[in-house]
Amino acid sequence: MSQERLIQLETDILAKNDRYAAANRAILADREILTLNFVSSPGSGKTTLLCKTIEALGDQPLAVIEGDQQTANDADRIRATGAKAVQVNTGKGCHLDGHMVGHAMEHLKLANNSMLFIENVGNLVCPAGFDLGEDAKVAILSVTEGEDKPLKYPDMFTASRMALLNKVDLAPYCDVDLDLYEENLRRVNPSIEIIRVSARTGEGMDVWLQWLRDRLAQKAKPEAAE
Amino acid sequence: MHEMSLCEGIRTVIEDQARQHAFNGVKCVRVEIGRFSGVEKDALSFAFDVVMRGSVAEGATLEMIDLPGRAMCYDCIHEVEIENRLDPCPDCGGGKLMPVGGDEMRIKDLEVL
Repeated sequence: MSQERLIQLETDILAKNDRYAAANRAILADREILTLNFVSSPGSGKTTLLCKTIEALGDQPLAVIEGDQQTANDADRIRATGAKAVQVNTGKGCHLDGHMVGHAMEHLKLANNSMLFIENVGNLVCPAGFDLGEDAKVAILSVTEGEDKPLKYPDMFTASRMALLNKVDLAPYCDVDLDLYEENLRRVNPSIEIIRVSARTGEGMDVWLQWLRDRLAQKAKPEAAE
Repeated sequence: MHEMSLCEGIRTVIEDQARQHAFNGVKCVRVEIGRFSGVEKDALSFAFDVVMRGSVAEGATLEMIDLPGRAMCYDCIHEVEIENRLDPCPDCGGGKLMPVGGDEMRIKDLEVL
């Protein structure tokens, strides 16, 4: 006869994803690959910003994982810049997870001491909870979205280390208060770094590129003592 | 949010446990949900019933325990408990708070048969 009993667990619901993410992170650390998870709403200009970033980085080895619900359009746009890219279609899913990214990494044949950009599904809710093994999340916001975006979706901006305030060239045409935008970002994440950029005009891109190069340099393991 | 994925995560954990502990049914699944986890409890409850169908936990009840939201105030350097993510610091009224607890999504225990 069966008997009721209690099994104590204290297990994170996302423990399985966290294990995949940890495995990705270990590989990426060992191979000194700077990995950034780009998160935003749809239409913030992520893909254009990535294309311009890749072009400006010149011969820096890098690869891109593109996440979208459907189509390979974004991976095609990235490949047109000459960078390696793989498209992950999430189907009904609203975010990339550690397992998908692990598979994509195998396909990409990543170079040591390179950069890996992961363009997550355009969604400010779900991707915040799913670790992929990245070094940092970079949130992209466009000035047309309104200054209160960080207050409406605080989790994503709390989880991000860097916010790129994109399309600043449009600011004069859309009654946006950029200082208030930054204030709202810092309200939900007092330690977030912010750069104002325009992928279209190139404004602020030099600061962003320097940030990337500095992060890549930090990723290098200390040389073994002679 | 992603309540359906969360329930799939719960199902995976339960199925692993069923193999390890050889049980045939689950009466109750107790989960701890932090105030800032972003989990919609009604949606989780609905998705739970759907996702557990056909598994060893079909028909189990889902019990949700709330955990408080905790944040560090960057103005007075106190760790405080807050009800909502955008509430000001209850000690000094400051508005720059960084969450330090309350994002939990944990399976606490299983009552099994």
